Amino acid sequence: MRAVYILWLRQLKRFIRKRATIVGALGQPIIFLLAIGFGLSPVFARAGGGDYIQFLAPGIIVMTVLFTSVFTGIEIIWDKQFGFLKETLVAPVPRFHILLGKILGGSTVAMIQGTLVFLITLVAGFRPQSLVSLPLAFLFLFLVALLSSAMGAAISARLDDMQGFPLIFNFLVQPLFFLSGAIFPLKDLPVVLSFITKINPYSYAVDGLRFAFSGDNFFPPLLSIGILGAAVFVILLIGAYQFSKIQL
Amino acid sequence: MIQIKNLTKKFGDFTAVDNISLRVNKGEIFAFLGPNGAGKTTTIKMLTTLLRPTSGELFLNGHNVAENKDETRKSFGIVFQDPSLDNELTAYENMQFHAILYGLKKSVYQKRIIDLLKLVELEDRKNSFVKHFSGGMKRRLEIARGLLHLPKVLFLDEPTLGLDPQTRNHIWAHIKKLNKEEKVTIFFTTHHMEEVERIAQRVAIIDHGKILIIGTIAEIIKKANAKSLEDAFISLTGSTIREESGNVSKAMMRIHSKLAR
Repeated sequence: MRAVYILWLRQLKRFIRKRATIVGALGQPIIFLLAIGFGLSPVFARAGGGDYIQFLAPGIIVMTVLFTSVFTGIEIIWDKQFGFLKETLVAPVPRFHILLGKILGGSTVAMIQGTLVFLITLVAGFRPQSLVSLPLAFLFLFLVALLSSAMGAAISARLDDMQGFPLIFNFLVQPLFFLSGAIFPLKDLPVVLSFITKINPYSYAVDGLRFAFSGDNFFPPLLSIGILGAAVFVILLIGAYQFSKIQL
Repeated sequence: MIQIKNLTKKFGDFTAVDNISLRVNKGEIFAFLGPNGAGKTTTIKMLTTLLRPTSGELFLNGHNVAENKDETRKSFGIVFQDPSLDNELTAYENMQFHAILYGLKKSVYQKRIIDLLKLVELEDRKNSFVKHFSGGMKRRLEIARGLLHLPKVLFLDEPTLGLDPQTRNHIWAHIKKLNKEEKVTIFFTTHHMEEVERIAQRVAIIDHGKILIIGTIAEIIKKANAKSLEDAFISLTGSTIREESGNVSKAMMRIHSKLAR
């Protein structure tokens, strides 16, 4: 288990030392808040949806955690290219511990980034109803972080360079976010979209976080936790399998 | 210390390592030579659990490599052909990472890291980020790291690649010292024949995945009827510049005719 700890610590050190990346990663959520949040807010209010920033903020926080986690998971490709993964894989440590260290490291980093964006949404006018359910919010975010880090790790176990990355980002990561109900309500959607959002685990994450912050929910919160937990479990299994197959 | 029995590795149709067998004795300095693409690195990767053999058996420090991976992994240290340090960490942190992965206690590794950094003359740079290191410094750090968990065997895959003569001399002097003082068995590859002549006790030459010859330097020079190890190497492996695949049987015919003479 000390191996898991040192891998986690390495991830954290690398994150803290790259301050430019931390600030850079805040750019996207800020633009989303500004352009989509404030831009669509009058339309949303006129349509009877209420305050759009209240609605959008949980989605933006989930987005931050999702993107940061996947990026950190994808860092394994860099470790492959810079040779560091070899050093890790010849050590007398079960591969699963290596995977776990990576995932927990990536999740921690993403949670920090998510918390920063949460603070930014507060500045932008987001007002959670009460702070009592903050632990519940963090539980949802942690599940998102685990799921996304595991996904990034599982993908990068298979890739040897970054060339496939735009494909993954545009056809997997972005759709997972945009089709999660992060920017639009899940109620009364066209059939196809309604189906897609229901099989997307991130819909349950966004909805759960919205529930924790404002008490509104589309899915029962316990169902959301269950589905996210199951998704984490499945992706972790896939990741462990992919990791056991890595040959350098 | 190392025993390879009928080892074969195929990548699809291509046979990278073709039924090789060899033995390295305890405390020996063994050179594993061959042109580019001969199968050296593939063999080392199989010995170090990074690749699964297609067939054959491997033993390292008495452990069956395929069956007893973790005991095998504790028994060797390795300096890879390409750098494998984390540039975003300091020299000390890279060492510490390794120590913890190998399960060393803090009381043990703290002192040992400093001792090893002194040995490779990097102690004064222990808190510098590796990204600011030169190629030679990185190499020395990797050697120190490979020795941190007191391995019985040290694999060095072209450890002096791209280094200037001063640094090369320096590194080989260290390795020789380690072999003598810590009784570490050394298994290394290089393209610099003068390094081999200076340090190796026994040599194997591999080409197209097959071992052409194993013996002491004097034996090889004699058998190949050459003036120096470099001459022997070229006459055994041919003077053509290598691509990644080639005709093994032709090379074998050439070698047999050489040896028959």
